[in-house]
Amino acid sequence: MEQTTERKARGQVAEIWHQFSRNKGAMVGSFIVLVIAFIAIFADVLLDYDTQVVGQNVAERLQWPSAAHWFGTDELGRDIFFRILYGTRFSCSVGLVAVSIGLVIGVTLGAIAGFFGGALEEVIMRSTDILSAVPNMLMAIVIVSVLGQSIWNLMLAVGITSVPQFVRITRAAVLTVRNQEYVEASKAIGLTNGKIIFKHILPNCLSPIIVQATLRVASAIISASSLSFLGLGVPAPAPEWGSLLSGGRKYIRDYSYMTLFPGLAIMITVLALNMMGDGLRDSLDPKLKK
Amino acid sequence: MIPVIIGVSFLVFFIMDLAPGDAVDLMAPEGATAEDLMAIRHDLGLDQPVVIRYIRYMGGMLHGDMGISYVSKTDVFDTYMQKLPATIKLSFASILVSVLLSVPLGIYSATRQGTIQDNISMVLAMIGLSMPNFWLGLLLIIAFSLHIHLFPSGGDQTLSAIVLPALTIGTGLMATLTRTTRSSMLDVLKQEYLRTARAKGIPEKTVVMSHALRNALIPIITIIGTQLAGVLGGSVLTETVFAWPGVGRLIVDSLNMRDTPLVTGSIIMTTILLSIVLLLVDLLYAVVDPRIKAQYIIKRGRKKRG
Repeated sequence: MEQTTERKARGQVAEIWHQFSRNKGAMVGSFIVLVIAFIAIFADVLLDYDTQVVGQNVAERLQWPSAAHWFGTDELGRDIFFRILYGTRFSCSVGLVAVSIGLVIGVTLGAIAGFFGGALEEVIMRSTDILSAVPNMLMAIVIVSVLGQSIWNLMLAVGITSVPQFVRITRAAVLTVRNQEYVEASKAIGLTNGKIIFKHILPNCLSPIIVQATLRVASAIISASSLSFLGLGVPAPAPEWGSLLSGGRKYIRDYSYMTLFPGLAIMITVLALNMMGDGLRDSLDPKLKK
Repeated sequence: MIPVIIGVSFLVFFIMDLAPGDAVDLMAPEGATAEDLMAIRHDLGLDQPVVIRYIRYMGGMLHGDMGISYVSKTDVFDTYMQKLPATIKLSFASILVSVLLSVPLGIYSATRQGTIQDNISMVLAMIGLSMPNFWLGLLLIIAFSLHIHLFPSGGDQTLSAIVLPALTIGTGLMATLTRTTRSSMLDVLKQEYLRTARAKGIPEKTVVMSHALRNALIPIITIIGTQLAGVLGGSVLTETVFAWPGVGRLIVDSLNMRDTPLVTGSIIMTTILLSIVLLLVDLLYAVVDPRIKAQYIIKRGRKKRG
């Protein structure tokens, strides 16, 4: 009995935090995400881009990992550890911006489809079907190779391919909320449709969208590095993780460490984001907890 | 399905048109004059506006003509069909790897929910989910092809060449399938009919393997179907890493050559293939779960009466 009264005393946010902080995996994941975010933000302070990241030093080319170069050096004598650290900035920003693009477009369209229904919904949902009928990776490749190779086009391509999922999730969430009494009440007091959607409906649909966004950042980082690996991502000499992998592939026979470490960086980042996303899902929506 | 195909063709055709430069710029012989280029464009119909080209293209599609590649001058449909067997072979091999590894692991985890074994396999599944697939392929090449000379690192000449790419894709798919199997089994294991089965004295193994698994199959089949559709779409990266001559690489190569008919045709064919696989999965539900078939029959019966 005491337990329940104590629970009730906590606010909604505190309750979610309580659930979240009890999940060890989620806490470890979030900690790693924080560290990675720190590295990405302060990459400029930690490293000097021109000398340490893209500066060539042919005298020290192709060295195996040692105390001086933790992850070894590449074919131009650049320290791979430094390049991976700085690459955090590229890979993470691509992931974040791409998902934001998908989020804004997808949530808007999904909310419109769910709220208004009718012909508008039909058009939006059928277009979504068409967009998602093409495999994501193929669509992204087509978009980047047509628009040209640059970091912005990479973000746009990965962002567009994540639109359909946001549309579907938002629409489904809006449908469950649309007929609630408070929506009817806000209609009755004469609020505009835009206000109803953004102030009353969307805030009540947030949890599935937040979870989806977190997990999407993880897969966007993988998609972005895959495109860079194919030579369709961030142009050289920027140390994006996928480009590092594709550079290392040429030396895979004798210098396998060049392939090992960038992939490890991708894996740890994505793993941390996935653990955080799973934890968020469990704490935001206890019904889903398996 | 047909509206989706028309939509996809429209989308791809117009995106391709946004690109600066066309196939002629890339394939023209050295020293060709502007008039030569114009002549080639006229031959290919590239001097027409995009709407006209699209209408012509769709007109061809109506009687099954997917056009001719700008670059190799071969029929698009034939070129696609040449590459398809390799992709199909790889897809089924990968799905086999994934199913053989994930379903037992998922069942094992579900029957030991909350134990260390369960946690370890879930962490492993999570790691598998987070690994970039092409990186895993590269690691496999380092381990099994460069260090121990067990399998070739690329091509499809020998039978053993399929092992590494199939392992790469299969283990990539494993994470999702293991998690689905586990959660679906967990749902079923709580049902009362399992308690009844145990009470009847049926050995635990039979309870899990036939009574529980059969009822947990629907979500598992859904995931296998979606995954199959996904790999059939061409695993561009794995095909690139292992120099596998499949559909994925065909599309990337023709994209680089700005070969619009080949790109559009291949993507349309891929979309059709995916829709068919997903349709088959839907039909399979009825086979696995008689309740679904019964529902369908009841609905149809009602319609007839009404």
